[in-house]
Order: sequence, then structure tokens, then C-alpha cells
Amino acid sequence: MAAHALVEVRDLDMAFRTRRAGGRPMMQQVLHKLSFDIGEGETLGLVGESGSGKSTAGRILVGLYEPTGGSVRLFGRDITGPDRSSGLAAVRARLQFVFQDPHAALNPRMRIGESIAEPLDIAGGRSRRDRNGRVRELLEMVGLPRDSDERFPHEFSGGQRQRIVIARALALQPGFIVCDEPVSALDVSMQAQIVNLLMDLQAKFGLSYLFIAHDLAVVRAIAHRVAVLYAGSIVEVAPKAELYSQPQHPYTQALLDAVPRADPSRVRGPVIGGEVPSLMVPPPGCRFHTRCPQVMPRCSVEVPQLRETRPGRQTSCHLYDPVAGTPDHEKLQRKVST
Amino acid sequence: MPSAPLVSIDDLTVQFRTDRGWSTAVEGVSFDIGDGDCVGVVGESGSGKSVTALSMLRLHARRTARFAGGSVRYDGRDLLRIPESDLRRIRGRDIAMVFQDPMSSLNPVLTICDQISESLRLHQNMSRADARRRAVELLDLVRIADAGRRVDEYPHRLSGGMRQRVMIAIAIACRPRLLIADEPTTALDVTIQAQILELLRDLRAELGMAVMLISHDLGVIAEFARRVIVMYAGRVVEDAPVDVLFRRPLHPYTEGLMASVPAIEGETARLYSIPGRIPDPDEVVAGCRFGPRCGYAEPVCRAAMPDLVAVDGDHRVRCTPRSRAAGAV
Repeated sequence: MAAHALVEVRDLDMAFRTRRAGGRPMMQQVLHKLSFDIGEGETLGLVGESGSGKSTAGRILVGLYEPTGGSVRLFGRDITGPDRSSGLAAVRARLQFVFQDPHAALNPRMRIGESIAEPLDIAGGRSRRDRNGRVRELLEMVGLPRDSDERFPHEFSGGQRQRIVIARALALQPGFIVCDEPVSALDVSMQAQIVNLLMDLQAKFGLSYLFIAHDLAVVRAIAHRVAVLYAGSIVEVAPKAELYSQPQHPYTQALLDAVPRADPSRVRGPVIGGEVPSLMVPPPGCRFHTRCPQVMPRCSVEVPQLRETRPGRQTSCHLYDPVAGTPDHEKLQRKVST
Repeated sequence: MPSAPLVSIDDLTVQFRTDRGWSTAVEGVSFDIGDGDCVGVVGESGSGKSVTALSMLRLHARRTARFAGGSVRYDGRDLLRIPESDLRRIRGRDIAMVFQDPMSSLNPVLTICDQISESLRLHQNMSRADARRRAVELLDLVRIADAGRRVDEYPHRLSGGMRQRVMIAIAIACRPRLLIADEPTTALDVTIQAQILELLRDLRAELGMAVMLISHDLGVIAEFARRVIVMYAGRVVEDAPVDVLFRRPLHPYTEGLMASVPAIEGETARLYSIPGRIPDPDEVVAGCRFGPRCGYAEPVCRAAMPDLVAVDGDHRVRCTPRSRAAGAV
């Protein structure tokens, strides 16, 4: 990894004030000490179940939320703390967001050419002719006919609408795009087209992505590295190939095991019980200990730290604690598998 | 296949009223569900899988939907033609249904007990107290902990997975012979999905009911079903035992669908995507509706809509070149 990654997230905390009907306001700790980097031209997959905080993290990274703690540096500029507004102003044009629902992301009464041109108009400094030329170029880039700029969103399918949203995101030549469940609303055959498009655009323009998704298989297709979130904390970060072939954290293992395979002969392991805990009264110690098949006494007391278990891999689990746990993780892997 | 199927769908054709007249959403759908069978129906949006399921219980709005043909036979009667009052005795008692979104299927102002009791009191004339006792038993059966307390709660107090368990409890209350589950786990997280699928599997064995599971997810289908019906653009394109289908898919669409699912294991390669898109219901496509997207299309495919042909005992496919190659035509 480079000395300065394109995206540097350190100890990110986020709490929302919520109120139960009739009750006192409470702070809901949605993200807890998140740290990760994203390099240039890299895709970090951020996976987790609903309520894990993955979308909140994405929104903080594009400046939509101000975190309650920690720091986010984008392109070397701090967008948190006292320098937030100047930092955001400096990086905003290089920062984009693609949402899950392309239908909600496009104004139904605007011709798609106008929607795509909106960032260009806000940035200003282009002649009418330049602007319209750029719109047609963007349409072509995402695989839509150049002359479709006069049409309205309803004339397009879900997959095509997501292409339009991507074209708009590309208008100002960003360096970093947060994609929040960009293919979840699409059918499998359309999903593949959009994932392939995002990968082609990355190769062409050296884009970095934070790719947020609940679907582990889709993330596997696009990400270089994957971070797994559980109840607001990162439990594991690893290069894709290792995460899927040798998951370390018991939650990652359970998550991967729960994914149904298109293979009727597969004999599935025991299904993990329980549900994601409440973020208002999170369990003490490791937040996963209430469901963990390998729980130990210290798990309910002590919060595990995210630490390096092997070069390039980090896991937050007492099983991999070099001091009190098993020093040699290979040994542990054998123990777990036997 | 057992001698007489539990439900027999024959040549079902369903149309919906649109601005431009009647549009055909499902055409010529035929398949049987045997007693205790476990049938998976898979397809993308617009394939007609949900329309088929809703038609079996005539749950479409009468003003906007009509049956242009076919029948759904159950217990010697055609469910598409019996009087509404007779159908009401079958819905929820003999054939029950679980939908995708448990929140919009539960009434937010009634307790869980009220909602489970409803069908027990209606179909089995149970007293209030008996129905309550049975509701607690049912919550136990769907593995909701602390059922005696949960039974008096309102839906908003429950998580998505719990709500779906309640929906299943309501569906199995009268011990139906067929449970239709339409995308029952699509709105749920993957670990909860695994729990619900396991529950459905256990209940099917315990209660000996048939289950028809509708899903867009080939993984869910592979894990759950014993027989799979593949639908495309309102038609059944393939029907086979689950192991046969996944080992040797015959229809080019099935093949394409399987190839476009990103894998969770093995090699990572660029995702395959089927070119083109699903035709609109009133779009005129000459011959096979998959033809324009099919890499194996021949002139014969454009000439006429292929029939659903049995190629190998219980393997049926709607593809002229493929069934010919299998020696069935």
C-alpha cells in the first residue's frame, strides 16, 4: 500500500440520537472505530447485513454525514474535524455516489441528458456545445446510444437507468465513487452487466470504489479487498481471494456458509442462530459473542481489537490474539477444521 | 410422480388490463405439484412466477386480471371456476401462502395472537381460548423463543426474521396441504434467510405438506427444491428434478441464468451476462420468446413458439433445437 492511500479512514465513530416511543433520547452507536484504506484504482468491498452500518459509512465518506469521532482523509485532505468544509470543498468534484435505486435517483421529469449534465452545469465553465458533447460521450461510455439524451427515465429499464446514474457520476471525472448496493435492485442478468461496466470504467479511468453490498458473491466479483462489518464494527479485512477461501472471523465464516449455493448436492453446515443485536444496547465485549459458535469466556467481557493476523489481513477476534490466544494461527486453522 | 397430483395447473393463461388492452403475463403454464412435493419456481422479474402463484388462489384484482384459459385443479375441482365462497374455504386451510414482505402482510394494529387466531377461528371454529393456546404452540413450532409472551406483541416489536416466522405460523395454522412461499427470504439477511429456509424444510417434513417455493435466487432453489420449474417471459421453459437441472440444464436461458450468477467459490472470472433484455408482455416476438437473446437460435426458432417437450422422463424443455438434439422430437 502506498504511503498515502486515496481514502484513509481512522477510528471512525458515528452515533445517532434516537428516541423510543415515550422514552428518553438515546445514542445509537452505529459505527464503532472503523479504520481502513482504499488505494488508487482499488475496490474495497464493504459487506454486512442490514443495520451493520455499511451505508452510514458510505455516506460519511462522501460528506453526507459528519461523523461523531475519528477522521476521514480523501485525496490527502481531511473532511472531518475543523477542516471539514474546506476539505470537502477541495475534494467534492472528485467524489461521487451511486445509489441502490436508480429509479429514485433520477428526476422523472428531466430528460436524461439534463440529469447527466447537472454536475457539469454546477461546476460551470463549459460552452453549451462542449457540455452537450460531453453528455453524449458519457452515454456512449456507459453503453447507451449517444442520441438517447432527449429521452426520459421511464423509457429505460432498471439496468439502463443504473447506467444513466453511472454516466452522471462520471461527468466530472471523479477519482473515487461510493457505490451503495448498486446492483441489488436488478435481476441477475442485469447485475452482471453493471458489475462488468463498473470494472471496465475502473480499468479505463483508474477509479477507486467503495462497493457496499449485502451480496457476498457480487462483492467477490468486483472487489480487490473486502471488509466485513458486524453491528457497526469491522470484524475482518482481507484480500478477496483469502477472505473467501480462508475466512478467519467466525462471523465471516458463518456469513459465507449461509450463502445458498447453486449446487443441490452441497451439504450445508449448521445454520447460525440468533439475530444482529440492538445497537442501542449492544452486547458487552465482542458484539458477535451472543451468536458465535466458538465463544470463550473473555469474549463477553473484552472488546477484541482489529489486528494484523498475517500480512495484509486484519481480524478482530480473541481467537487470533497473539498474546492470550493462539500465537500460531495456522495451528488454529487446523484445530478449527478438525 | 404419484398417480394423482395434489394440484394440477394446466395451460394457465393470465392477462392484465393495460392502457393498450389486455396484456398476457402468463401463457400456457402447465405443471403438477404432488402430495408432499417440494417444487421451486425460478425466474427473473416479469417471468410470471408470482402471477402464476397468485392465480392458483385467484388473488388478483378481478377488475384488472382475467384468466384467458386453462385450469388449476385441486381435489377434483377447478379453482379458477369455483364460486368465491368455496374458494374461501380452501384459501388458508388447504392452500396457504407466505409473501416476500412480512411487514406489509401483517396488520400493524393487531397482536400476533389475533392474526394467527383469525384462520383458526374461521376455518376450525375454535374458541378464543383454544385459538390462543394453538397460537402459542404454533409460535413454538416456528422456533420463536418465549412464545407465551411474544404472542401478545404487535408486529413492530419483531425483527424481519421474526415477522416472517409469524407469517409462516399463520400459514401453517390450519395444516395446509400446500404452502406457497413467494420469495419468502428475499427481504431478509443471508444468515436469517438460512434460518428461515431450514425452518421451512423442517416444517415440510414434520407436517408432510407440499411446498411451492418461488425465488429469483438459483442458490435458494438449489438448496430447497426437489423439482425446479424455470420461467421466462410468462412461460415455463424448463422443468426438471433439481439435480438434473443443475447438472445438465437444457434450455439456453437456464444455462445463461446459471452462468450469470456470481460464484462464491472457485475461480473468479468476468461475469457472464445474457445479452439483451426480457421482452415486455405485449412485445411481439416471432417464435421463441428467448430467441432474440439466444446464442444458439436457428431459423426454426423464429418460425414458431416451441412446445414444452418431455426429453427424458421427467425433464421437460421448451426449446426446439435442444429437444431435437435429445432425440425427443
